[in-house]
Amino acid sequence: MNDKLVGQPLVRKEDPRLLRGDGRYLDDLGRGALAAAFVRSPVAHARITGIDVDEALDVEGLVAIYTHEDLPGRIAEPLPLLIPHPDLTHPRTPYCLANGEVNHVGEAVVMVVATDRYLAEDVAERIRVTYEDLPPVVGIDQARAGERLVHEDAPGNVAARSVQTNGKGEAHEAIASAPHRLALDLHIERSASMPMEGKGVLAHWDADDRTLRVHSSTQTSTSVRLAVAAKLELPPDRVEVITPDVGGGFGVKIVHPWPEEILVPWAAMTLGRDVKWVEDRREHFTSSAHERAQQQHVEVGFDEAGRLLGLSVEIWHDNGAYVPYGIIVPIVTSTQLLGPYKVGAYRVEFTSLYTNTVIVTPYRGAGRPQGVFAMERTMDAIAEYLGMDRLAVREANLIQPEEMPYDQGLVFQDGRPLIYDSGDYPTMLRMIRDLVGWDGFEAERAAAAAEGRRIGIGIGAYVEGTGMGPYEGAHVKVETTGEVVVSTGLTTQGQGHYTSLAQIAADVLGVGVGDVTVITGDTRRFKYAVGTFASRAIVTSGNAVAIAAAKVAEKAKRIAAAALGDGVAPEDLELVDGRVRRRADPATAIDLRTVAVLSNPLRYAFDEETKAATQFAAATATGEEPGLEATGYYMPERSTYAAGAHGVVVETDPETADIRILRYCVVHDCGVVVNPRIVEGQVHGGVAQGIGGALYERIVYDDAGQLVNASYMDFLIPFATEVPHIQTAHMVTASGLNPLGLKGAGEAGVIPTSAVVASAIEDAEGLAVRRMPISPSELYELRKARQARKEQVSA
Amino acid sequence: MTEQVHQITVTVNGVARRGEVPARRLLADFLRMDLGLTGTHLGCEHGVCGACTLLLDGVPVRSCLILAVSADGHAVTTVEGCCEAGGELGPVQQAFQDCHGLQCGFCTPGFITTITAYLEENPKPTEEEAREAIGGNLCRCTGYQNIVKAVLRAADLKRERESADE
Ligand code: FES
Ligand code: FES
Repeated sequence: MNDKLVGQPLVRKEDPRLLRGDGRYLDDLGRGALAAAFVRSPVAHARITGIDVDEALDVEGLVAIYTHEDLPGRIAEPLPLLIPHPDLTHPRTPYCLANGEVNHVGEAVVMVVATDRYLAEDVAERIRVTYEDLPPVVGIDQARAGERLVHEDAPGNVAARSVQTNGKGEAHEAIASAPHRLALDLHIERSASMPMEGKGVLAHWDADDRTLRVHSSTQTSTSVRLAVAAKLELPPDRVEVITPDVGGGFGVKIVHPWPEEILVPWAAMTLGRDVKWVEDRREHFTSSAHERAQQQHVEVGFDEAGRLLGLSVEIWHDNGAYVPYGIIVPIVTSTQLLGPYKVGAYRVEFTSLYTNTVIVTPYRGAGRPQGVFAMERTMDAIAEYLGMDRLAVREANLIQPEEMPYDQGLVFQDGRPLIYDSGDYPTMLRMIRDLVGWDGFEAERAAAAAEGRRIGIGIGAYVEGTGMGPYEGAHVKVETTGEVVVSTGLTTQGQGHYTSLAQIAADVLGVGVGDVTVITGDTRRFKYAVGTFASRAIVTSGNAVAIAAAKVAEKAKRIAAAALGDGVAPEDLELVDGRVRRRADPATAIDLRTVAVLSNPLRYAFDEETKAATQFAAATATGEEPGLEATGYYMPERSTYAAGAHGVVVETDPETADIRILRYCVVHDCGVVVNPRIVEGQVHGGVAQGIGGALYERIVYDDAGQLVNASYMDFLIPFATEVPHIQTAHMVTASGLNPLGLKGAGEAGVIPTSAVVASAIEDAEGLAVRRMPISPSELYELRKARQARKEQVSA
Repeated sequence: MTEQVHQITVTVNGVARRGEVPARRLLADFLRMDLGLTGTHLGCEHGVCGACTLLLDGVPVRSCLILAVSADGHAVTTVEGCCEAGGELGPVQQAFQDCHGLQCGFCTPGFITTITAYLEENPKPTEEEAREAIGGNLCRCTGYQNIVKAVLRAADLKRERESADE
């Protein structure tokens, strides 16, 4: 038997192509296509009073200008509400092109099509839109006040209000009767996924075939297909959606259909020409999606040992101008807040609020970083209050391995009960304690202090629901060349699926990873899929590939048994090294590629290979469908729960308040690991985004609703010089929910970063950090405020 | 309005390429739109991310900030030109695969060209220097850990290959 490929840190199969510059990203396609550009709202909230295109009409290269008035049928209706929820009582979604009113800077008002992008922008620049300003609602405070309204018919700016309790008693009573109580007010600011490649759409209408082919830089081609078909009123079978190479997603590209995903295909059909739109960076800032912004009020009751007896959390969530993706983010915050801890009575209430800003949809972590921030800040506050070690408070509250599966008593974002399937949280905390050097830290602190340096340590843990349903599928086929082709409907944005899924298929079929070609995100090849988000791809598609490949292996054995004759039964056979052979007698074997030939009984031969399968040649299996291929689906019963703990040591400059990370440590458990090299890379990338979110990145709106830092110059994504060396350690508690024992890994790195950095800064400075991200000037202000309080007290 | 076009000749990856471009066409767009060399990517179009980095007469520049007309008469090396003569991966490219220095691959061409030029100047960087060398390029996927490793590995590979050639 070959050594198992699952578990090996193989280098990626997709890399050579990408490294040579042979990648095919959206903007690399459709040379010669017409280019679309958009006139977007320069104001946050206004009625449109006029659109004047006169000056634009003599630009050479102009092909078409469209406003809302020009849009027919369902294209003129608001975009769909993707994830309805009973608590989402006032859902509002945008139009493809603004219908008389704009609700955020960047909202699309006019679409222009021209012969190239330069000219399209010339046209866009010459179109005059006049606006009558309405008062903008910016920030959670203004939204909560409810004096100004984003949507006239959404009172108090409330899109949704939702309450969950864990069924372990009344939280307020538990808090009131607890020996100790604390309350915390917390804030997290806006950030964004910010993939290096923005969105983009290319559409080709084949008028003869009446088929629409759409390429989109999306995280879900199958669902874009259905959405486009519905909006354009085409039979789904006439629409193909292909996801080419994607330059990162991190959540923003799961939203669909974007206005451009409807408008560009519609323009291509209308004009009978290929049309392409590629988002520029400013457009990405002002018209894609953001995340994170929340205010939280936490009340907690606990005992002498720091055990949580009652926890009540109120969340005000800024959902931006519209809610096409529903209320997934605050649901995830509310439910994943509990982390690896057992809490007495828990009550969480969130209010999801409209503001005149870009929509808010999941960004890697998808509400978890905010939840973990709330929980871990609470743990630290309890430790401070009781004078306990911060790790000891956490240990006192951990769910124990023998309590698994553990039911948190809540409903998760997949609509299923939040039941942790497996995990060993005490070991996880022990590992992070060692890795970050918790026990020796006081000596380290003293040594630093002796040099006039100020350092602090922080720690935090999380649990992440991954691999949710409804399902993923795969088609596995052995070609007569021996090549194995695996097609799965979900998309890929850099997670290495061409390699990891190949490892899974290769193990089942007894071939090398080089023999397997993986195809993703192409509805021509596989039509049924959900998408790549929420750390679900390897769990759902990985298991689907294994299931489909196992069916192929069984079929191969049946066909091989018939061909080998001589009383050989399928059960006697195994697939090894590209051959189907007898376990007891490996010399009795047949090549897998020959089995593929035999699997398709032929009347006509066209080469040596195919001769073998003709009617007067060898024995082909009877009663089999032609083709050595099979389709398999994996439908999880519910999510599987990965977990991790991070530890960080920071140094703060006593003079300048500069904050520097000295070391960053990660303990990570995502069950059985298919490719450790890829998982490690996912963790690194997540941590870097977490550090960005903790110290550098924030989306800033001014009072008028202008996004003031809509460029890479001003929105500070960390460079290599800002990301410290990341030390990782892995543990494996296999999931019992799926055949391969997998849990997802895509989001892990980013989840607790703000929480642990806040913890470490608090530890270094001895002052409460309640708001993230934190800049040196904000730390400086915190110090000044503390100084002022001290002086007041002494006066 | 019609745009005036200019004749230019740019040596791209060793081959003289002629073109007719409007004065405002970016060098990146000339390569991508006119020549179909789409390895050079645009991440921001305002000079910050470095995805569009290529070598102009051997020096790394941001092709989103340079007009095609100003490259007239100059030599350009893009990521496509960082392969070995036989088409195999060049040392920097190979190092990126070995070290898992890329995920989505969108930022990668800018890193490959930047590092290629850097190793000419400093063939044996320390880890600290390697980190500095890539300090002007953004990557949203990798957290840079493996890119730093790839710089060091590329330096080794380059030396090995050069000494094998001698
Ligand atoms: S595209 Fe040139 S620096 Fe970003
Ligand atoms: S690999 Fe995706 S941005 Fe660098």
